[in-house]
Amino acid sequence: MKRILVIALNTFKENLRDKILFNLVFFGLMLIGISVLLGSLTIGEQAKIMKDLGLASINVFGVLIAIFVGIGLVSKEIEKRTIYTIIAKPIPRYQFLLGRYSGLALTLFVNTGIMAVGFILVLLVGSVGLDIGLMQAIGLIFLELLLIVAVAIMFSTFTTPTLSATFTLAIYVIGHLTGDLKALGDRLDDPLVSGVLNVFYYVLPTLAKFNVKSEAAQGVPISWSYFLVTVSYGVAYAASVMVAACMIFQRRDFK
Amino acid sequence: MKPLRIKGLTKEYRIGLSRRSVMALDHLDLEIEEGEVFGFLGHNGAGKTTTIKLLMGFVYPTAGEAWILDRSIQDVGVKQYIGFLPESPFFYEYLTAEEFLVFYGQLFGMGGLRLAKKIDELLELVSMTDARHRPLRKFSKGMLQRIGIAQALINDPKLVILDEPMSGLDPIGRRDVRDIILRLKHEGKTIFFSSHILPDVEMICDRIGILVKGRLKAVGTVQELAGASSVTSIELVVEGLSEAALAGVGGLATTLIRRGDHVLIKLDDGEKVNGLLDQILKHKGRVLSLLPHKRSLEDLFLTESGMNRT
Repeated sequence: MKRILVIALNTFKENLRDKILFNLVFFGLMLIGISVLLGSLTIGEQAKIMKDLGLASINVFGVLIAIFVGIGLVSKEIEKRTIYTIIAKPIPRYQFLLGRYSGLALTLFVNTGIMAVGFILVLLVGSVGLDIGLMQAIGLIFLELLLIVAVAIMFSTFTTPTLSATFTLAIYVIGHLTGDLKALGDRLDDPLVSGVLNVFYYVLPTLAKFNVKSEAAQGVPISWSYFLVTVSYGVAYAASVMVAACMIFQRRDFK
Repeated sequence: MKPLRIKGLTKEYRIGLSRRSVMALDHLDLEIEEGEVFGFLGHNGAGKTTTIKLLMGFVYPTAGEAWILDRSIQDVGVKQYIGFLPESPFFYEYLTAEEFLVFYGQLFGMGGLRLAKKIDELLELVSMTDARHRPLRKFSKGMLQRIGIAQALINDPKLVILDEPMSGLDPIGRRDVRDIILRLKHEGKTIFFSSHILPDVEMICDRIGILVKGRLKAVGTVQELAGASSVTSIELVVEGLSEAALAGVGGLATTLIRRGDHVLIKLDDGEKVNGLLDQILKHKGRVLSLLPHKRSLEDLFLTESGMNRT
């Protein structure tokens, strides 16, 4: 357990020194842009658009980091051969993987946290009321990021960074459309095609569940039971993916 | 309890889409004695690195087994007693030398004063105390190799495994690494290292093993492998000999080359050297140098590899 923490903190340090939090500057510029825009809008629209754009930016920046840093977490170590000196220490491979995962999770937590604080400050300055729905939306965005990192790591345990990025992006996009896939499958007559679409629906993560941005923007908080079910779903999914990743990682040769 | 025992260790790689089989290591049997410096020799691609990767658990064997201190290499806990330096190492370049050593120390569960003291000691050993707060990104190749050795020693290992520790280093860097290895031996550690730089191996190894195309071809001390009559010829440079004396000496020599007052004499038989020296001294000559040419490990290496230089 202590060794996982050592790897995690080192990963966090690596992320900081790679200037990953630099994305916050762009987020800041985005917020300023939003505030400037607001002047030209009617009073009623202001709050909604501000929340919408803010949440969307938090989401996009988070997903970009989760995918592009996530795919490098393991493959970069193998490619640069830094993994040799780690595996040579008395640390089981799965602990290394969990450590890398936790390190990026911590980076994303800090990153999302700072964006959330900035976002709330802008809302307060613009005298837009805060509500719990916003917190729920940000919480679920963070959970979605944890799930994406797990998927990115899993791919990077057995394939190249480019392919990992492609697969993870594909899963991210399809994951947001799984509801549509199921609806489409139910309407088709061909049992084979509808069967395949159904498999997609159940195997791929239903990422749309984590998207409650529009509810939050309209000031309609989601129910706590929905929130809890979604959190449990996200945690369970990410955990299963990590178990698979550990199993693949344990078996492979580092040539 | 042997520091390292290898029995029938085999690794077969499948390459490409055709799954063509390549035998990287073929039934290696080897035992390393406690406290010895063992040099593992072979050309690039002979299987040295594969052997080390198998021992460290980076790749899994196709067949065979190995034990470090009587514990199977599959047991992660045995790594507590091993120090390892990979070939041309790349490290986390964003860390400073000190942070780097702290990180690896923590992976061994070390911390606090004990770790701090160990780090001071190691930085001193590899002469890097001045660079302790510098990031690895700014290190030269020789410095990286030295800090790499420091990380391999952080846990005070019983067995130290070094993969090509001297390749890519300048003569001073090689000497530094050689001195460190000898010091570790002096401290009672067992050292197993691979190399293709022969003079270094010749100078510091108690025993060597020669690997050719995945098979172990010979194991023994340098003297054993090079043979007892390892002196193949002798070269002398002398001065102050008269023409008459030279004529007498010339009878013993194979070749005689004169450059002013200096004379280069070559002998192809080591046994004749005493007679020759007697002659020189009798004629009041002065010996400036005497250089025996040995059958070097390199020759041996090429013979074993079946690649004679002709």
